[in-house]
Amino acid sequence: MKRLILLTAAMALIPGLALGQAIYPLDRATILSGSKFDFKVEFPTVVQPDQVEVLINGESYDTLLGATAEFIENEDESGGSSLLLRDVSITEPGSYTVEAKAGDTSRSVNWEVFGTSAEPRAKNVIFFLGDGMTVAHRTAARILSKGNTEGKADGRLAIDDLQYMAFIGTSSQDSIHNDSANTMAAYMTGHKSVVNALGVYGSRAASNFDHPKVETIGEAIRRATGKSIGIVTNTEVQDATPAAVVSHTRSRNDKPEITEMHFAVAPEVLMGGGSAYFLPQSTPGSKRVDDKDMIAEFQGAGYTLATSATELQQAVADHTDGKILGLFNTGNLDTTLDIRQLKKGTVEQFPDQPLVADMTRAALDVLSKDPDGFFLMVEDGHTDKATHALDWERAVYDMIALDQAIAVAREFQEANPDTLIIFVGDHTHGLSITGTVDDDKPGDEMREKVGTYGDAGFTNYTDEDGDGYPDRMDVSKRLMMYLGNFPDHYETFGPKLDGQFVPAVADADGNYIANEAYKDVPGAVLRTGNIPVSMNAGTHSVDDEVLQASGPGAENFRGYMENSDVYRVIAEALALAPATN
Amino acid sequence: MRPPPACPRIARRPFLLSLLALLAPGTASAAAAEIGFNELYGKVGVLGLEFSQKVLELDGQRVRIVGFMAPPLKAEASFFVLGKAPMAICPFCSSDADWPDDIVVIYLKGKQTFERTTGMIAVEGVLEHGSWTDPETGFVSLLRVRDAEFETA
Repeated sequence: MKRLILLTAAMALIPGLALGQAIYPLDRATILSGSKFDFKVEFPTVVQPDQVEVLINGESYDTLLGATAEFIENEDESGGSSLLLRDVSITEPGSYTVEAKAGDTSRSVNWEVFGTSAEPRAKNVIFFLGDGMTVAHRTAARILSKGNTEGKADGRLAIDDLQYMAFIGTSSQDSIHNDSANTMAAYMTGHKSVVNALGVYGSRAASNFDHPKVETIGEAIRRATGKSIGIVTNTEVQDATPAAVVSHTRSRNDKPEITEMHFAVAPEVLMGGGSAYFLPQSTPGSKRVDDKDMIAEFQGAGYTLATSATELQQAVADHTDGKILGLFNTGNLDTTLDIRQLKKGTVEQFPDQPLVADMTRAALDVLSKDPDGFFLMVEDGHTDKATHALDWERAVYDMIALDQAIAVAREFQEANPDTLIIFVGDHTHGLSITGTVDDDKPGDEMREKVGTYGDAGFTNYTDEDGDGYPDRMDVSKRLMMYLGNFPDHYETFGPKLDGQFVPAVADADGNYIANEAYKDVPGAVLRTGNIPVSMNAGTHSVDDEVLQASGPGAENFRGYMENSDVYRVIAEALALAPATN
Repeated sequence: MRPPPACPRIARRPFLLSLLALLAPGTASAAAAEIGFNELYGKVGVLGLEFSQKVLELDGQRVRIVGFMAPPLKAEASFFVLGKAPMAICPFCSSDADWPDDIVVIYLKGKQTFERTTGMIAVEGVLEHGSWTDPETGFVSLLRVRDAEFETA
């Protein structure tokens, strides 16, 4: 027993190391006053209930939390006992110290419960998430969309005029690294979690659905306000980012269940792809393993269904005071480059997919009818998915698409200044602009055509029709962008016009090797990967995100903030926990 | 995790056909109808897919289809996934395992281990359509080729 205490003490000195005894919410958690959460204590060994003492600010926990926890003697055969109390809340803002003792072991954590102003600063919040967005995505979008002459940008992106900024830390409960689930969940709950988790802390529970939950912003808005909720994405609506607005699971892959979690919160506007998870298993194309017809469920609850951009326009015109379910693909929508120009991917099967700006406009038309205001989350997911594929051309093209959606929101904000707009990525990629690559430079080796410093000069993209997108990506003097963390692949120094890049494929042993399909592209060179061979694509990076915001409450974004701190700014702007006395 | 549903049915293929194929390896291709990945579905839409007339007509018959073997779902799985292009099981995210709609699940005939290959392969076997859940893995497929053999294409 003495050794155990020593061990615990030593571990406490090393942040990030898993402790034998855990308390959820974690140490340094910030909790919205009145929000629902699950309280859990995990003991490292099986203990007897009468050995256990759990105090909050020196008093038995049940005094504050108002109920007695379930004692689980040997949780999921883990060899340890747990105490679990679901759906509790703390009303009084302040500092709370939680101490859990069982025999000779003890552990304590501190929580901060925060309230908000009595009066909301903002009526509406529009939260834009550029998945995987890195500074290089913004810079490249500005060069491709606006151009640059003698060192000055020839125009400004919509994001360039957002007023306030902050650096955002994206690390996780279990890692300095991150994924799109736990990072977006941090924005949408105010709590850090483990990679792949949504709306729960990662605990030792065996089932994905048994981990200690924290309230999502979707639930908070339902509990505390009469506002409408909108969720818009060009990925599947079950993908990590849109899921984080409403979901609780240890695994982002629980997509059939996430579909039902959307239905439980019932956002007034839900748009994106992923219809496969709505269809009953008897329908070819379904990815459900039961007979639930979730489209029928939504329709039964008063939703108008739109399955194309044209139907969406019609649905909005017909039902601006109703609820809209927009499903435009069985999986993810195609990239904006494919939808607008190249017609690759699944565009042949789904020829009338809306762009992010179209969906944003439609969502605002519907949501702005609510006199109580709204919370709208808009994601472009291809800034991430294409960057994973080392296909920066598609990623940057989608960055422009997202900027055009933000322009729509900025117009709305001009007419409705009580609207807070936030624009941020969830995590970064190791993406950087090297300079240019010029096909007309002499020589056969493509690396010799890469221009750096003064030799980079300027690109020759054009935008003759003035739509903000380059007319073509395969111009003779292009941007040269490289990824810093990648699997084996062939670098081709040019856009993939026949479909999104598939850099690596598995060999006979399941290791990812360069995809031979690109071997014979003129000038292609083999790049040996610098991450484990089990990785099939470029990986996220740990670098900070940059957040930008304008509107009431935006001034609270400054300096360095944890991603979980962003929630508090939103909660404050909307006054989600006004003082009651 | 979702528990895999109990096996609803295990298709038993005509014994004779397997026997014939065993006796005359390499010659069966003359009898097999060619079918391509772009011929599997007649209609693809948000509200579901419809099998093509060709798939409905060839159900239960020997077919030959050319594609790429995808990374195995599990090392011990008794089947593999055939796709129209080389693919990664986890397309560009940290944990998703989403497959494209147009895949065909291949069950090799008899009990055999198989080497993974990265090049294009030709698979020959008996076509079967309709939703089916693999009893061991819970993997749901719409199109299968059973009693199959494959060779480098």
